[in-house]
Order: sequence, then structure tokens, then C-alpha cells
Amino acid sequence: MEDTGSVIAFWLFAAMTVGAAVGVAASRNLIHAVGMLIISFAGLAGLYVTLSADFIAVAQVLIYIGAIAVLILFAIVLTPEAGRHNQEGFMRFPAVALAGITAAAMIYAALDTEWVLSDRPGFEGTATVIGDALLDKYALPFEIASVLLLVAVLGAIVLVRPEGAEEGE
Amino acid sequence: MFLLKGEWYDFRDLTNPIRSLLDDLGLPGDADYVIWSLLGGAGILLWLILSVLAFIWIERRVVALMQNRKGPNRVGPAGLLQPVADALKLLLKEAITPRATDKYVFWLGPVLIFIPTVVVFAVIPFGERMALADLNVGVLFLIAIAGINTPAVFMAGWASNNKYALLGAMRVIAMLISYEVVQVLALLGPVILVGSMRMQDVVGWQDEFNTPLLLLQPLCFAAYLIAGAVEINRSPMDISEAESELAAGYHTEYGGIKFGFFYQAEYLAGFAVAATAVTVFLGGWTLWGLEDYIPGWIIFLSKLYITFFVYIWSRGTLPRLRIDQLMAFAWKFMLPLMVLNVLAVGAEIMVWHETEASRNVALPAIGAVNAALALVLVVGWGRFLGHGTGSQKGHRATLTREVGKIYYTGAEASS
Repeated sequence: MEDTGSVIAFWLFAAMTVGAAVGVAASRNLIHAVGMLIISFAGLAGLYVTLSADFIAVAQVLIYIGAIAVLILFAIVLTPEAGRHNQEGFMRFPAVALAGITAAAMIYAALDTEWVLSDRPGFEGTATVIGDALLDKYALPFEIASVLLLVAVLGAIVLVRPEGAEEGE
Repeated sequence: MFLLKGEWYDFRDLTNPIRSLLDDLGLPGDADYVIWSLLGGAGILLWLILSVLAFIWIERRVVALMQNRKGPNRVGPAGLLQPVADALKLLLKEAITPRATDKYVFWLGPVLIFIPTVVVFAVIPFGERMALADLNVGVLFLIAIAGINTPAVFMAGWASNNKYALLGAMRVIAMLISYEVVQVLALLGPVILVGSMRMQDVVGWQDEFNTPLLLLQPLCFAAYLIAGAVEINRSPMDISEAESELAAGYHTEYGGIKFGFFYQAEYLAGFAVAATAVTVFLGGWTLWGLEDYIPGWIIFLSKLYITFFVYIWSRGTLPRLRIDQLMAFAWKFMLPLMVLNVLAVGAEIMVWHETEASRNVALPAIGAVNAALALVLVVGWGRFLGHGTGSQKGHRATLTREVGKIYYTGAEASS
């Protein structure tokens, strides 16, 4: 994080992430909010890049922008009138208060912690290391997560299966 | 900061003088890197625009030949200036924004769809040291960047505030998500074999073993080309803009240069898919030692254009599929095959490492096994699903099933 390029990139991406996150909360139109959320995800991916976490950055783009955002978009479109005509809810002030308290707590924790700086240079590439760790040391949690996802997929298929579609045709 | 360090591409003869010039100037800090990346980006953009202009003409002429027509032949010699005329027309058209659209999102759609198709080329190695950013997660980067298309298409379709545009966008998204799975698994086979996601490593592996991965992974190559055709909305997979059903799909409301952006983005995505296929499956800029005599980027571009020509060919000859057929093909046919293929590749690699066989034994064996496996899987799984046995009955369309029976009218009713 010493060289100027990294510092500039960090502040740009940080402003992008936080600004877009504010936009998500402030936007009255849900589709605009999702658009802001996508920009926020992209900024976060950029922050991962400045941390030389290349694999996580690419996975962030692949999963959050390519899949999660689309899932949210589908959910909004399939809900009638959700994209437009959004009124102010009575939860506005509690929500702002909760968000403020959370942000204050995190900022306090970040400023209060004695961060340990290591002299080690940035990682060369993290994909191989992550792959080895997932299939070696953390094979069991990895497999459990896979089975969980498989169960979720099967559950989704069972849920949306129409009545009386047992025969297949 | 893997983006700002490491090997920078050189356009060989063209840019080496510029580079030495920059070094002599003694610019402060990373300024020369910034200039380098800008120059590289500009070079890639220029090449892309010229290629698109050329291929618009080639495609229209070739498809016309296939369909026994003449094609564009009035503007310039043999219609060569037709793409230029088209581009000028798109630029000069009035930029209409319908009143009921969501203006910002409507404007953002074409821009957002254009960016990823260009960014993809940053990791494509055009030659031995000609990659703008040789990421060590290159293959994953390609897939991730291509995935940005999905929200962009949705934005365009939704912001248009038009039934057909939204339906078209929904179709594209459903297709893109389905075939993205296939695409990832199709690229996974070669990546497992190579053991690296860096594009230059993939090319280097094929160079070292003198074997294009096409010979080792024929099934993956076919699957990638099919999934790629879906990604770039080309016939026979172009149901997103099926004119007879949907007006023009998600860009129905777009005109002028905004439509031009979608049109060009489709071409660029086509080049991106072809470039990926060439790099991963066809050996990239290498060709059995020929790269020592002629520049690698000429080999690469020749392969790229030939691969892209396959898409033009298929567009000129194959009929469009129905959406349910496409989706069923992705989930019921390609996905199981690709999963089995990944299993097979993993087993082969394990056996190779266990037996420590020499490459002259191992590679032909893997190739033969995978070719046989591809044949058995395609035929066997097709039979399993009931194709090609003659026992398959025609399915009634869903609407007919709902109504109960077909009510004929007119002459057929009396018979």
C-alpha cells in the first residue's frame, strides 16, 4: 500500500463502494437501488484487487454481480409494483438509527485496534493456495457446503414443481 | 496489485521504439505504466473496431452467398463501404428516448453492455508477450466479466418499459445463466489438465506438449462453442431477438447509435468467445513451431477469424431453436455431460500422476479416452433421453395440453 497508485485506487474504490451503498439506501426506485448495489459490489471487487486478493475479487464479480444481483432483479420484477411507487415506511428512523450505531461501532473498533503490519510483500497468486486449502485442510466444510447447495437446488425444484406433474408429460 | 506489475505486452516492432523513448524520458513513478496501458487499450480498441467493420461486410456477403442472394453490393467496390455507411447512418439518426422509459437506466444499458466485451480482451494473449494483463485467474476473469452482461441486458429491457423488451431480456437472462454453468464446466476441463488459470500458462502448456487441448477435450470444445453461441445471441440460439415472437428482444426501443452499441457489443462478444476458444482449445498464438517464423499474433488472429467464421456459418445455415428446447438442452443434456467430463478429467490426471507415464503415452491415451467418452456420452445420453430411438412421440405444446385437445377448424374438422 506504499505506492501512490495503490493509495489512489484504494480511495477511489472506497468512495465508490460507500457512495453507491448510500445510494442503495436513498434510492426510491428499487431497480435503481439494485443498480447502485451492483456498483457497490464492483467497488468492493476493486478493493480486493488492491489487497492482491485476485481470486476473491474475480469471484466477487462472478457471484455478486453476475448472479446475486440478477437474483435480486428477478425477485423485484416478479413482485408487482415493487419497482416503482415506493412509499416511506414507518421503519425509516429505526433503520437509520441501527445503521448509524453499526457504523459507529465498526469505525470505533477499526480505530481502536492495534493493527499488526507485516513486512511480507503482496501475494503472487492466491487461487492455487485457496484451491489447495479447500481440497486438503478444509475438505469437510467444503463438502458440507456443496451438499447444502445441492439440497437447496433440489428443494427449489420440488417447490416450483406444478401439481400433478409426476408423470413428466 | 497484480494489474500494475509484471510483464507488459509489447507489439514487437511497433512499440519497442516507443518504450525505449519513454524510458529515456525518465517519467516519474508509474507514469510509463499508465501510458503503456492506455496505448495497449487504444490498440485493442482500434483492432476491434476495424475487425467489426470488416466482419459486418464479410458476414453479410457470406450469408448472402449461402442463401443464394447477392448481399450488399452498391456502396463502394463490391459493397465494401456498406459497414461505414451503416455506422454513419446509426450515428446521424435522431436519438429517440421514449417518454415512459427510465432515462438513466435506459442510457446506462448500452454503455454497460459495451464495457465487459472490451475488457475481456485485456487477458487474451495475442502473442508471446502480448497480453495487456496476464492475470493468474485469467480464465475465471473471462467468465466473470462476461457475466456482467446479464444485469446490463436486464437494465436495457426493463428501462425500455416495453413488454417485448422485458420478455426478451428475461429470455436472455434465463439463457445466459443456464449456459454460464455449461461454459464454466467446459472451461474447467482444460484448466484441470493444465493446472493453471493463467491464459499464458494454458497456451504454454499446449506449446510444451505440442497438443492443442481440442484433441484432449473435444466435448468441452463443442460445449464451449454452443454456450458461446448462446452468449453472443447467434442463430441457432438467438431466441432473445426472435423477430417473429418478440419484435427485436431487449433492444426493441433502442434506435440510432444506442442500438449500434448493442449491435457492436454482440460482435465484440463474438470475437471474445472466439478468442477464448482459440486460446484455451486451439493453442492460442502457437502452431507447432510456426510461431518461430511468423509473428504469433498473426497465427492468433487467423485462428480467431476462422473460429468466428464458424458462427457466421451456423447463422447462415441452422434454424432457430425454441426456448424450451434450448433450456432443456442446457440442463438435461449439456450439464450432466460436462459434470461427467470433469470427473473423467480428474481421474485421468490422477492416473497420469500415479503411474508417472511419459507424455508420449499419456497424452494420446487421454485423447483417445476422451474422444471415445465424448462419443459414448453424447449417443448414450441422447438415447437415455429418448432421442434417436424412434420411440420418441411428438410432445403436444403446453397450451394444447392445457386446453385438452386440438380443436380443428375448417376443412380438417370434417375429416
